Amino acid sequence: MLELKNISKRVEGDLHIDDVSLRLEKGSLNVLLGPTLSGKTSLMRIMAGLDQPTNGAVYIDGVDVTGVPVQKRNVAMVYQQFINYPALSVYENIASPLRIAGKDRETIDREVKRVAQLLRLEPYLDRKPLNLSGGQQQRTALARAIVKNADLVLLDEPLANLDYKLREELREELPKIFSESGAIFVYATTEPTEALLLGGNTATLSEGRITQYDETVDVYRAPRDLVTAQTFSDPPLNVLQMAKKGDVFELSKGITVRVPDDLREMADTNYTVGFRPHHLSPEPIPGHSVALDVRVRVTELTGSESFVHIFYEEEPAKQITWVMLTHGIHDFDVDQKIQVYLDTRTLMVFDLDGRVMSGSSSQIEADIGQEQQMVSGGEHGSH
Amino acid sequence: MIRTRWFVTIFYILFLMLPIYGLVTMSFKTTNEILGGFSFWPQEFTLDSYIKIFTDSTWYSGYINSITYVLMNTFISVLFALPAAYAFSRYRFLGDKHLFFWLLTNRMAPPAVFALPFLQLYSAMGLFDTHIAVALAHCLFNVPLAVWILEGFMSGVPKEIDETAYIDGYSFPRFFTRIFMPMIASGIGVTAFFCFMFSWVELLLAKTLTSVAAKPIAAVMTRTASTSGYELGLLAAAGVLTIIPGAIVIWFVRNYIAKGFALGRV
Repeated sequence: MLELKNISKRVEGDLHIDDVSLRLEKGSLNVLLGPTLSGKTSLMRIMAGLDQPTNGAVYIDGVDVTGVPVQKRNVAMVYQQFINYPALSVYENIASPLRIAGKDRETIDREVKRVAQLLRLEPYLDRKPLNLSGGQQQRTALARAIVKNADLVLLDEPLANLDYKLREELREELPKIFSESGAIFVYATTEPTEALLLGGNTATLSEGRITQYDETVDVYRAPRDLVTAQTFSDPPLNVLQMAKKGDVFELSKGITVRVPDDLREMADTNYTVGFRPHHLSPEPIPGHSVALDVRVRVTELTGSESFVHIFYEEEPAKQITWVMLTHGIHDFDVDQKIQVYLDTRTLMVFDLDGRVMSGSSSQIEADIGQEQQMVSGGEHGSH
Repeated sequence: MIRTRWFVTIFYILFLMLPIYGLVTMSFKTTNEILGGFSFWPQEFTLDSYIKIFTDSTWYSGYINSITYVLMNTFISVLFALPAAYAFSRYRFLGDKHLFFWLLTNRMAPPAVFALPFLQLYSAMGLFDTHIAVALAHCLFNVPLAVWILEGFMSGVPKEIDETAYIDGYSFPRFFTRIFMPMIASGIGVTAFFCFMFSWVELLLAKTLTSVAAKPIAAVMTRTASTSGYELGLLAAAGVLTIIPGAIVIWFVRNYIAKGFALGRV
């Protein structure tokens, strides 16, 4: 079990990690989800022992290991860049942690062969890493992490530099490979879909703070605040200001949306409402949608679906941009005026400080299904 | 067009090679022939000059002395520059950039500035006329150069390699010698080459700090030329032999020098 207690990290005056506390159980898969510069790597480096936190302490199985150098901890780490020892063969690369640990030759040979088979590196064992393809190089780095049998395995966007097909393949294999070892597995990514596909637990990071840590599906379904919802949404979460008046939310243009039953008791004031891109639709959903007038900014087609970027006039002369994700090809012209339909069953309501008032409910299963379909339908090149 | 290009190239090479050709032919001539008039090749081909150099200990010991202190200096420079360059490339510390630049400014001062203080210092330490004295004196110029070149090569190695090695369990010395040095082997080669060449051709400090026991070949050449008249043939042969070590070293590092230039550090 790995426990972070009130970890802060300050580098030259900038706060990179802001009071993070986290408990990761043995044998668990944990995703650190956050945009670039949100502190994923900094946090991983502290977990590994490569960096020391400015404040706070790191415990492994209840023992304070804050000052213990990385050599003395049993961790493994894989970077986004393909990091191998270029002067050593693939075999020696994989064998290196075992050699340092002073294992005998037969054990080393057996382990290297086993892991090489697992990651399909057998034909390349005699080659130098730089003579391999990117995927093979990263598999070599992963093999080195696996062979070590570490208690804590840190993967820092390990698939980000790989092409799409390889990424899919490895993403599927990785959790299986590591789950057998019983290690704590931490996986950093910027992509919400990757977090959903990996499953396990997710901690969303924003500006050095962990905004929520829970089972991945729960974080996606019931974000605790607006920042979490925004972090866990790709394309970006659409937001809209609404004023509650009794049983309805009033949009600026006199359009009203029924307030979900469990939120009737909320005070009558302004709220921020978030909804995901696939909750906008070019066709009405009978009984559950409101029509909104929008102007098309640009349409991106990915084959099986369309990303329609639209302007919505929230107040006169104040335009906000949304993204609508819809199946099939919808090739709208730039500046074309269209009507889109907002699914009112799945609204996430936040107060003006960003705290959630409700979780969007019913559509979880459908949502996840859709996210996964999105991934298999071709990585959308939209962002 | 192509013809012009070839012409220019060939002309340029000829122009560069002409003095060396002159030196080589001269080394096979007798002094009388050299003084007698100009000729493109030796009229009386002779190996006497070379035989004299290889049999007379005042001559060949000059080569041995030079090679000794040059190798000592190259070894010391690279040995000390490696950790320094690693520090500059990997760590941020107070005044690191200034210190790095200051190292370079050491190369801007002419050696003559240091000749006298060094002479006094080394005499006081009892190091006068020893190989190590010259080797140490040349460090003043070669260590900064070596740090500068090596830092460029080291910064080309991602820091994540270091960290991966530590995570794998490597201690620093083991990582440095097993993983890191092989990665910058070409850089070390280029650095050693430049230290070697500088120390090999430097005359002023080498001459000032030695008298008999560690006298460098260049000093031997100047003195011999002035004793029994001008022995130009002998001098030319000595000159040819002086070029050879440099040529050999260049042959070894020829493939890496371009990389050093690409890094902007050579």
